[in-house]
Amino acid sequence: MTVATARPAPAPTQPKVAVRGLGMTYPTPDKQVEVLRGIDLDVAPGELVCVLGPSGCGKTTLLNVIAGFLAPSEGTVRIDGEPVAGPDPRRIFVFQERGVFPWLTVEGNIGFGLWRLSETERRARVAHYVRLVGLEGFERAYPQELSGGMKQRVEVARALAVDPDVLYLDEPFGALDSITRLQMRGELLRIQERERKTVLFVTHDIDESVQLADRVVVMSARPAQVRKIVDIDMPHPRDLSSRRYIELRDGIFAEIGLAHRV
Amino acid sequence: MTGVALFVAAWAAAVQLSGTRLVPGPLAVVRALGELLSHGLLLRYLVASLFRVTWGFLLAAVVAIPAGIALGLSRRGEAALNPLMQVLRPISPLAWIPIAILWFGVGDRAAIWLIFIASFFSLLVTVIRAVHDVDPVHRNAALNFGLDRRRLLRDVVLPAILPQLVIGLRLTLGVAWLVVVAAEMIAVNSGVGFLIIDARNAGNRYDLVVAGMVMIGAVGLLLDTLVRRLERLPSVAWGFSA
Amino acid sequence: MSEPALERLAAATPSGSPRRAIAMARPLSPAARLLLPLGAVLLALLLWQLAVTLTRTQVFPLPAEVARGFAELQRKGVLWSYAGDSLRRVGLGFGAAALLGIALGVPLGRAARLDRLVNPLIQLLRPISPLAWMPLAVIWFGLSDLAPTFLIFLAAFFPIVVATTSAVRTIPPAFFRAAGNFALPRGALLRRVLLPAILPRVLTGLRVALGIAWMVVVAAEMLGVDSGLGYLILDSRNAGKRYDLVIAGMLMIGAIGLLLDLGMRRLERLPAVRWGFQS
Repeated sequence: MTVATARPAPAPTQPKVAVRGLGMTYPTPDKQVEVLRGIDLDVAPGELVCVLGPSGCGKTTLLNVIAGFLAPSEGTVRIDGEPVAGPDPRRIFVFQERGVFPWLTVEGNIGFGLWRLSETERRARVAHYVRLVGLEGFERAYPQELSGGMKQRVEVARALAVDPDVLYLDEPFGALDSITRLQMRGELLRIQERERKTVLFVTHDIDESVQLADRVVVMSARPAQVRKIVDIDMPHPRDLSSRRYIELRDGIFAEIGLAHRV
Repeated sequence: MTGVALFVAAWAAAVQLSGTRLVPGPLAVVRALGELLSHGLLLRYLVASLFRVTWGFLLAAVVAIPAGIALGLSRRGEAALNPLMQVLRPISPLAWIPIAILWFGVGDRAAIWLIFIASFFSLLVTVIRAVHDVDPVHRNAALNFGLDRRRLLRDVVLPAILPQLVIGLRLTLGVAWLVVVAAEMIAVNSGVGFLIIDARNAGNRYDLVVAGMVMIGAVGLLLDTLVRRLERLPSVAWGFSA
Repeated sequence: MSEPALERLAAATPSGSPRRAIAMARPLSPAARLLLPLGAVLLALLLWQLAVTLTRTQVFPLPAEVARGFAELQRKGVLWSYAGDSLRRVGLGFGAAALLGIALGVPLGRAARLDRLVNPLIQLLRPISPLAWMPLAVIWFGLSDLAPTFLIFLAAFFPIVVATTSAVRTIPPAFFRAAGNFALPRGALLRRVLLPAILPRVLTGLRVALGIAWMVVVAAEMLGVDSGLGYLILDSRNAGKRYDLVIAGMLMIGAIGLLLDLGMRRLERLPAVRWGFQS
């Protein structure tokens, strides 16, 4: 599998995330439901990979297995060569804004993972990330006083504040309106430009995946298998009306079997 | 307030028109309250009832909240104790009256035991359910940041169950207040419940009976209002805004 | 970013504890599901047996004696007839409270003016413990079945009114607009929009009220009548300290209370109301 990216790729010695032969079957009262089948996937350090698939295909399950919240039925997930035993603060999962703790303020949420630091260090870090995601003035606000986009930014800031190597994003902008969603994508890329995390981004939005990803992993319907991996060989910022963008997008549309017409 | 005024007027008129000698009118009840106050009984009985409720309720909370958290987090513990809870919980606390008298005699401790029983199971079930209702997304997020068990408890489980716990405390306090009145009518010789049954048995003083009812209503309302205050604290209020 | 703080953060991160997250998701085996509760019940009975034998109490019965007490009550035929008496009182009082409570709660939830008039009165009367009405109930209804039934009515009525009022008030206004849009007449609005919309929360209110009613009937029967499970308990104690019968009566009360609660929870799973319980 070659890693074609628009950025100077880090030395491709060892993949950051390596998924091999991953399968997942849930027992239900009347039958076994197979959700994932034979998934192989490598993500290079610093790479932004989008996992694209129809709703309910199992891509969230895939992300939960990779993050260590669920044990797979078959196959392995290795990170830096080590098998995943459970969730780990070096790899933070961002839930679609629902992971913000409603009983903590913005400050409290962003500082949540920093409990090993001293009070002063924690304060400085929290202030830094409040600025980074543009929430100055809302430090003392509770989540229910914030809009969906602001809550989403709180969660991203909380994740970045512990300086993880890997971010898992599960349809993070799914609940936002389309304008906020576009802004948030821009912000994610701006932050990614600076912080260079390895990012696994689950989405069902074809445009979103082509706008953000270095590579798009197209999944099939349940049981989800990797159908195709598409290199997005465009530098950022991407021109959404360029020929290459439209070509790549339409290619994925065709792959999924949708006529690009309304 | 108009509604209350109409009610009092209707009450007075009904007593007047029916010519009853047993049921007192509003004025007679006010006089009875004055009489209780001047004899020092009003305060003494209220304090006696509140003393029992406070102890029974607090003991129940101190035992039920940690036990509920432990059972809510442990599948094994809950599976083991669930049938016992299911059998003991629906036994009306007042059905324990004979046992309470047998164990503790007629007095404060029997009443405290009844209130403890009434509050304990109700709180235990509330806390277990609240722990189960902790959003798995929140638990996973906390585990993701590497929290140990103690911190998970303090920083996630406790704050997450707080709103449901406060509602449970309020409902339970209402039940405890109901139980203390019944317990005092049957098993104790003081308190507002005793006042009511004694005023009737010793001389058909129905003005004192209704005065006792007014006291019970007033204290019940006060307790409810106090706990409702808690629901407006920011660490609790988030649970009601969604 | 390379502050020393970060290195410390990363270094201090064990990968041992999160294993539990996976373990937490694993359900109990069927064997554990059966053996754990069985063991706990046996242990409780054993502790009871031991406590009675070790303290050498003369009055407190052993588990086996309670079982014999059950059989005795059954033989005399009082067990089921007393349970029937208690259930009849609860049925009547609770039924009347449900009818009147919902009938009053709906207009209170719809008409703010009416609510301002009546609500303070409800708030004033509600916290009066229903048992405190006993002397007045005896004046009004005598020592008949009606006195305890009236207490049960009071115990159930206020929770039902309050639950109905708040359920009506929280119906999304869009429902009424949509209904108005389809030009629904008043009767149909009530039947096809308002009642289905409040049903789940009213049902929860009914369940809570039934629990309180079952609690109150026991106390009411200790005060004013000579039948029913509450009477059985108090009488067994007063007439000869038959604590085996007391505990048999308590278990009967618990069993019926459990069945009532389970029945109401069954109702909450009906399709017409299930939507209201999914968060």
